[in-house]
Amino acid sequence: MPDFAIQTEKLTRDFGEVRAVDGLTMEVPRGAVFGFLGPNGAGKTTTIRLLLGLLEPSEGRAEVLGFDVRKEADRIRTSSGALLEHSGLYERLSAEDNLEFYGRIWHLADHALKIRTEELLKHLGLWERRKETVGTWSRGMRQKLAVARTLLHQPELIFTDEPTAGLDPIAASSLREDLASLAQQEGVTIFLTTHNLDEAEKLCDLVCVIREGKIVAIGRPVDLQRNSFAPSVVINGCGFSEKILTALRERPDVVSVENEKDRLVISLRGSGEVAPIINLIVMEGAEVEEVKKGKASLEEVFLLLMQEEGE
Amino acid sequence: MIQDIFIIMWKEWKEIIIQRGSTRGGIISLLVIVLVLGILPPIQWGPTWVESPFALGLALWIPLMLVSNVVSDSFAGERERHTLETLLASRLSDQAILFGKLAAAISYGWGIALATVLLGLVSINLAHGGNGFLLYEPKLGLGIILSSMLSAGLSAGAGVLVSLHASSVRQAQQTLGLAIMLILIIPMFGIQALPPEIQLKIANIFLELNSWGVLRLILVSLLGLDIALIGAAMVRFQRNKLILD
Repeated sequence: MPDFAIQTEKLTRDFGEVRAVDGLTMEVPRGAVFGFLGPNGAGKTTTIRLLLGLLEPSEGRAEVLGFDVRKEADRIRTSSGALLEHSGLYERLSAEDNLEFYGRIWHLADHALKIRTEELLKHLGLWERRKETVGTWSRGMRQKLAVARTLLHQPELIFTDEPTAGLDPIAASSLREDLASLAQQEGVTIFLTTHNLDEAEKLCDLVCVIREGKIVAIGRPVDLQRNSFAPSVVINGCGFSEKILTALRERPDVVSVENEKDRLVISLRGSGEVAPIINLIVMEGAEVEEVKKGKASLEEVFLLLMQEEGE
Repeated sequence: MIQDIFIIMWKEWKEIIIQRGSTRGGIISLLVIVLVLGILPPIQWGPTWVESPFALGLALWIPLMLVSNVVSDSFAGERERHTLETLLASRLSDQAILFGKLAAAISYGWGIALATVLLGLVSINLAHGGNGFLLYEPKLGLGIILSSMLSAGLSAGAGVLVSLHASSVRQAQQTLGLAIMLILIIPMFGIQALPPEIQLKIANIFLELNSWGVLRLILVSLLGLDIALIGAAMVRFQRNKLILD
């Protein structure tokens, strides 16, 4: 069994003159939650379609769960689950009928299907409402049911395309928790596309940022944050004299110092040790009320990457 | 694959019945169709119903109309309600999805047509069966069974093909409705527009055929059309094309 759930090599897809996916080379380890981030039109949905074998690559190759996307697409779809842009639920049918239909598609035995349906719907808090027509449900409930449908046959890998798009913050948070807990419980690999960076930061072990079909950055969120931004420290207090500012600027571990009234913003180099800096400021007679060590959010990293690529 | 076709049929039947509001409402409205068409025409026609071409006409017309009503929804409806991509991302093969939808539509129209002509037989025996049990003539009975199936196939094949191309259910329904109207109108007005000598030749061809000959001509024509339409639907049904539509 390969160590990677997904491996792509120079995966490319053209639509006429437009190159939607451009030479994508990446590896997604088994069991990881892999965030695929990018702005609208970056090629996220096309990549999912290529990996599911719903579209043929123009160039390059990809293997999903060890199966070639060109030759063994049916085996990929058998072993994976998909929660795509739309929930894909039959709104005229009940929740139970929707799960029964997909359970039958995956040839689950009647008894196993019943047990699995109960387990998932109870976990998601939908069991009591299983007989209701899905069309009468809120979007959040429908997305939860779609999660249940995706995990019904215990796939090794699931693809989710913007799973929390259009949900209110409470429903989105609840769905995120359900997705994370079910995935962890079942040891499934998740390939998640989103432009909700807070979501990616909370859920993902690895993230890949794409723009115009090309990979801009790939790695653990914490590494992207570390590599993209110098650490910084914000010090609130008073008595920040010119002498202190000069002493700080002369330090080799300080990149820049900005004095905004009673607030110092210091950008650091390297590991960003803060204690010697505070010590220097206090020894020079300034008063320190609050120290905040800055860390770039994934959103800041993403925006920086988009700007750099744009330039 | 047979099992997968039945899975799709199961879902399609559920949706066909529920599309009339509820399961109960759907079953009642189907029963009304069967009761009205299975009782009124045979009783009006009298004992000659079991040998009349009208029974055959009814068996041809019922599936044509019923199937065209539901089959427009097969792919255009899935596309409109955003369920198609998830279905295509499942383990089902292209053939299972296509033939499941075709089989669901055909069995629906064929089943209703057969139930109606059977009820017609019961009605005619209750109303006029005093001198013994009345049965359809064997050739007519066979013709009813085969032609209703092929008529359902014609409507299903055309409907699926239209539905694969249409961007919405309404568009599919309009296109299919127009096609069926043309199928019915063109022969009627087309023959009238022909020169009298050609009209006479055509009439002679039919006159030279016995009733079994006409029936065979109808069955062979329907079979040919069914094969052509279903073949075209198979060619059109490609995952990568449907995904991009």
